[in-house]
Amino acid sequence: MSTVMSAARQAGATRETPAPPAAPPAEASPATMASALNRALADSLAADDRVVVFGEDVGALGGVFRITDGLAGRFGEQRVFDTPLAESGIVGTAIGMAMNGLVPVVEMQFDAFAYPAFEQVTSHLAKLRNRTRGRLALPVVIRVPFGGGIGGVEHHSDASEAYYTHTPGLRVVTPGTPADAYRLLRQAISSPDPVLFLEPKRRYWAKETAVLTMDGPPIDQAVIRRPGRDVTLIAYGGMVATALEAAEAAAAEDWDVEVIDLRSLSPFDDQTLTESVRRTGRAVVVHEASGFAGYGAEVAARLTEQCFHYLEAPILRVTGLDIPYPPPHLERFHLPNTDRILDAIARLQWDEDDEDNA
Amino acid sequence: MTILAHPRETANADSLLPSAKPLQLIDQDGRPGENPGGLALPAPDVLRELHRRMVLGRRFDSEAAALAKQGRLAVYPSSRGQDACQVGAVLALRDQDWLFPTYRDSVALLTRGLPVEEALTLLRGDWHCGYDPYEYRVAPQCTPLATNTLHAVGLAYAARLKKQDQVALALIGDGATSEGDTHEALNFAGVWKAPVVFLVQNNGYAISVPLAKQTAAPTLAAKGIGYGVPSLLIDGNDAAAVYAAVRSGVERAAAGEGPTLIEAMTYRIEAHTNADDATRYRAFAEVSAWLERDPIARLETYLKDSGLLDDAAAGRLAAEAEQLAEEVRDSMNAEVSADPAELFEHVYAHPTAALERQRAALLAEIAELEEPEA
Repeated sequence: MSTVMSAARQAGATRETPAPPAAPPAEASPATMASALNRALADSLAADDRVVVFGEDVGALGGVFRITDGLAGRFGEQRVFDTPLAESGIVGTAIGMAMNGLVPVVEMQFDAFAYPAFEQVTSHLAKLRNRTRGRLALPVVIRVPFGGGIGGVEHHSDASEAYYTHTPGLRVVTPGTPADAYRLLRQAISSPDPVLFLEPKRRYWAKETAVLTMDGPPIDQAVIRRPGRDVTLIAYGGMVATALEAAEAAAAEDWDVEVIDLRSLSPFDDQTLTESVRRTGRAVVVHEASGFAGYGAEVAARLTEQCFHYLEAPILRVTGLDIPYPPPHLERFHLPNTDRILDAIARLQWDEDDEDNA
Repeated sequence: MTILAHPRETANADSLLPSAKPLQLIDQDGRPGENPGGLALPAPDVLRELHRRMVLGRRFDSEAAALAKQGRLAVYPSSRGQDACQVGAVLALRDQDWLFPTYRDSVALLTRGLPVEEALTLLRGDWHCGYDPYEYRVAPQCTPLATNTLHAVGLAYAARLKKQDQVALALIGDGATSEGDTHEALNFAGVWKAPVVFLVQNNGYAISVPLAKQTAAPTLAAKGIGYGVPSLLIDGNDAAAVYAAVRSGVERAAAGEGPTLIEAMTYRIEAHTNADDATRYRAFAEVSAWLERDPIARLETYLKDSGLLDDAAAGRLAAEAEQLAEEVRDSMNAEVSADPAELFEHVYAHPTAALERQRAALLAEIAELEEPEA
């Protein structure tokens, strides 16, 4: 083996325990999810010279959502660059770059535009570690703005998570808050595994006053966003805020709702979820994507298997309809909202004598 | 802000096109080729090595094919007839360069120095890839086809970004030139001036589909012009031409001049794999015509006529080939040691708790099966 490659591999082997540069204690300041993601990319580029950021329009333009705003100017075209308009090409070349010691962070412009890269993601990115008996690690992050709620015309609003969570070897994560967007993206870039990073575009402009830091729950751990005793409401990405609103509304009806933000869709944090559902005895899982064979089906099935004797009611799903994503003027009928979540909570067999609740 | 001229005034499009006839250094009768183009005949020791490696590769190939028929390999796609491409391309690489092979390129792996057992792991079926890619600078064999071209471009471009002198060679066939990834790879390589060489082994068939149903392009090499990638059309049964063409591509790439597309005209003598029946889609007369153009015979004739190979050396080489065949038999006849517990090892950097549970369940299931009945 050449010394150059040895060095690259050794560097790759040690990247599981990244040492973030020492920084003065940060003060909480207002951040949008978009600006938190931008900070995460900038800080990763500054901390590790193997990190490269590329994709369509990520250079001079700063991305169509401005997530890479200013990065090309600050870090130069060797680190942050535009590519031809070809998603398989973007992911396929990222794989080759990772083989040669770089840490590519690539952008797919929109959820539905990522599909041309599907073969590279599922057959190569997710499998090469396995195919080579662990000799070839691919620390690649694919950022995908996903989901609806922004009035996008067709092919701009797909919730495509289930296509990816069905792929062993891939990590699939999605943040629900600005501070977690920063933390999760930095954790994803530091991960030795390939990560599909889903950005809930309807929350890009959500604001939070917080310290942006990598400290906190690890990449594969779910977080209880709101503790509660009566029912576990499971959400992720763009639905976390919706679930919290629903929990507030439910409190008015004397339901004490626990809201869990999954963060990592794959692998799934069985421990946090099982502990919560066994405690509350009831659960509802919420997502934008169609329900049939959707991600919520796996959540409901595995929690039923693990919590059956603790359950007071079947685990219910509140999901998008089983239709192709609707046009902007109709999307509100498709997307889960507070009312639908409250309706589901109401159906959780609260009163054994009340047949109507079944 | 840069305003790009459109179309680019500086590009001389014609210079990107391949020659009308395939470049050839040694013809099928073992005489100097009539159309060498700009290719230089390799040095005598290189020609001898090309011959030696082809003889060894051919023996390896026939032995592996026989073992597949006996069930010792899960499947074997023979590269018989493509020997000059398999050997010429790999010997043209430098130690630090990378090879991106496909499932039909076992002889290329052998030529790159892989031990027999590691080269045949995929086809034997103990695991998907039996070698350490970093040890030989050989990517895992590509089965979906064309996907490896993008990996090659990425690796090559990373080398350029890191200022490492490394070139990537992507092997594809005629069928793979229809896949989108090939076109994206040529395009990215052209735009990035990535140090990569694309070698198309045009063996006439994608399993059963002949080239005429694959493309309406005048040649596959001609596809390079659409991406600003210069191309060469060569006689793929002339090991000297393959070596010289790939070498020139590697040298261009290493000098920072970007990618090269090479189409090598060759022929797949055997069926697609041992599971294929080639009589359903091609006539024997076609095969026998190509047998006349055997890559080994012509180089052997050339070497003997030039005094570079005598009967004694040929005899020693034949013995070396038999020894290799024995090694292939021994390693493929050895018992397979595939460990079910390993299935869970390399999914993620660290097995998840859920995978640990599945492993425990599988091992318990196996233990129960193996327990003698009471």
